[in-house]
Amino acid sequence: MLARARLMFRSTAVRLSALYILLFALCAAFLVFYVTAMSERLLAQQTRQSLQEEVSDIQRAYERGGINLLLRMMERRARQPGANLYVIAGPNGEMLAGNVASVQPGVLDDQGWTDIPFTYEPYAEVDRPGRHLATANVTRLDNGLRVMVGRDLGDPSRFRGIVRRALMVALTIMGVGALVIWFGIGRNALKRIDRMSAASQKIMAGDLSQRLPVGKSGDEFDRLSDSLNAMLGRIEKLNEGLRQVSDNIAHDLKTPLTRLRNKAADALDEDREEVRRVALEGIIGESDQLIRTFNALLMISRVEAGSIAAEMSEVDLSAISADSAELYEPAAEEAGLALTTDLESDLVVNGNRELIGQAIFNLLDNAIKYAVGAPGEAGREAKIGVHLVKRDGTFRLSVCDNGPGVPADKRGEVTKRFFRLDESRSKPGTGLGLSLVEAVMELHGGSLELSATHEDNPEAPGLTVTMVFPEPKP
Amino acid sequence: METSVHYSAATANSDSAKNAADAIVPHMKILVIEDDLEAAAYMTKAFREAGIVVDHASDGESGLFMGTENAYDVMVIDRMLPRRDGLSVISELRKRGVNAPVLILSALGQVDDRVTGLRAGGDDYLPKPYAFSELLARVEVLGRRKGAPEQDMIYRVGDLELDRLSHEVKRAGKDVLLQPREFRLLEYLMKNAGQVVTRTMLLENVWDYHFDPQTNVIDVHVSRLRSKIEKDFDKPLLKTIRGAGYMIKDEG
Repeated sequence: MLARARLMFRSTAVRLSALYILLFALCAAFLVFYVTAMSERLLAQQTRQSLQEEVSDIQRAYERGGINLLLRMMERRARQPGANLYVIAGPNGEMLAGNVASVQPGVLDDQGWTDIPFTYEPYAEVDRPGRHLATANVTRLDNGLRVMVGRDLGDPSRFRGIVRRALMVALTIMGVGALVIWFGIGRNALKRIDRMSAASQKIMAGDLSQRLPVGKSGDEFDRLSDSLNAMLGRIEKLNEGLRQVSDNIAHDLKTPLTRLRNKAADALDEDREEVRRVALEGIIGESDQLIRTFNALLMISRVEAGSIAAEMSEVDLSAISADSAELYEPAAEEAGLALTTDLESDLVVNGNRELIGQAIFNLLDNAIKYAVGAPGEAGREAKIGVHLVKRDGTFRLSVCDNGPGVPADKRGEVTKRFFRLDESRSKPGTGLGLSLVEAVMELHGGSLELSATHEDNPEAPGLTVTMVFPEPKP
Repeated sequence: METSVHYSAATANSDSAKNAADAIVPHMKILVIEDDLEAAAYMTKAFREAGIVVDHASDGESGLFMGTENAYDVMVIDRMLPRRDGLSVISELRKRGVNAPVLILSALGQVDDRVTGLRAGGDDYLPKPYAFSELLARVEVLGRRKGAPEQDMIYRVGDLELDRLSHEVKRAGKDVLLQPREFRLLEYLMKNAGQVVTRTMLLENVWDYHFDPQTNVIDVHVSRLRSKIEKDFDKPLLKTIRGAGYMIKDEG
């Protein structure tokens, strides 16, 4: 319980609301002081105004009725409840009449408004004994008498006291309210975090299909959960892909390993030296094929990881294409294929010559392999071609054949690792060639396009694979 | 007609017995620095069967010591070694003035590693896993016990003559017309006459691409070349070594 409370007070919500309350209290205090100061000034102004009026009344009364009228008027006014302070003093300052017992010495000497509040003792008052603060106006009459009209300052300071007490009460209520709200918010936030942690625990335990709870409010917690869930979805998909690949690898390696094992078993049983030698050579051939498959896999993952990117330089696509065509021309001819080229010259990209070379070789290997097996058609010559053109800000290097082609719905899949159109795997190959080409194109910021060479010939549409390089910025 | 010779210890030994040059030059002596003891044992045994004297070191420090103390014709150095990294062994050897050719073996084995390996002072690079025939062929070419010296302007194998300056090829005095690429192919084969040259080595040295050609592209080029230099003559010169590559040699 205590630990939980401590946890709650460490939560961000609580810290933030504490900060808000502190700021709010400061603002409120400032406001209250400002308001009281303003009202005091207003009160003082009003006091002066009313005192000024009384002074005028007194002067008028004196002018009209002399000292007698003045005394009568003062006596009447002094008796009223909450009356002002009145003093009539002689020329030397001796108190002659009024409702004040004594004033601070010197107050009656200067004419006009007193600069600062002064002390006085009220006359014959029991309920408010002691010294009081007051402000006053002193006038000198023509006969030398001094008349003081003043007002006790007890009211404004009482007013200030009331306002400040109200402020204290308000702040206390605010503090208590904040504690209650903290408790509510903190507990709610903590509960949601706990639910998220619980879901994360399950995910960590291996259940990638779990998702974090998302509420309906769309607040920051929900937004966080939403993006974490999107991330989990992506991870799950990648994980799925990875499992698919490793399933494929396991499947595609199991078959040659089984063959290898069977051949070794046969060789072991064989007595005739010649047959045994052939079997052993077969075993070496199978092993080499496996090694090639592993090398190709490693190569693809390294290209995909981009770790080869360090060795980029200017590569003349035109020269590489011509080289590749020259390298493959005899092999094509031997397979009974005509190899044609149509290459635009001096197309240069920034890239890795070895990888681009290997990618083209893979495409040419495929073209020769599949064009050969094309269904024979009278008068149709099996041929392959290498083309390089500059178009729409891209360099398009394509290798085409007029073999059986790839159905449009399978074109997205042939670049997947170990995917082979021919389920029986009657043609030799690792099923990794196009995967590497695609990885190489991604490394070079380009793409790979597959299309039919002859759309109009459903018998042998052929396949054109185009490596699309972005034209380098000058 | 295609002549096939199975490349084995037996043929290698009988070859050297027949070859006068081999009688004068003693056996090649190499140093293998490899920490995988099983791989090292296999390599050592196979090299010895091919008539090569082998010393073995199993870590970088002792390899560096042996390479500095003894004179070797070729050193085969694994890239990842305990106590001292393979590349650092090579650069230290070069600093100490050891100029024996070095072949780097690496499990990292791809384009960029090859470049860094050669920059560190290696002469050749072979990614793991490799076929032993490939390693043997490369070590023998690096050792250059056979074949034509670099400065020779005319290569001769039997009655076949190749002029590196005029780019003329003659067999028994008769002109043989070759395409530029075929000329370079023959030039490389004759430079390493009497030694096995693998398909990968041909792709590297004639076409300047560094990977394993997985199809018969190189074979077709070689058989075209063969038909040009052997068609009208009885004696075959260009042999196919099964499971390894090619060799040009005058059987005498």
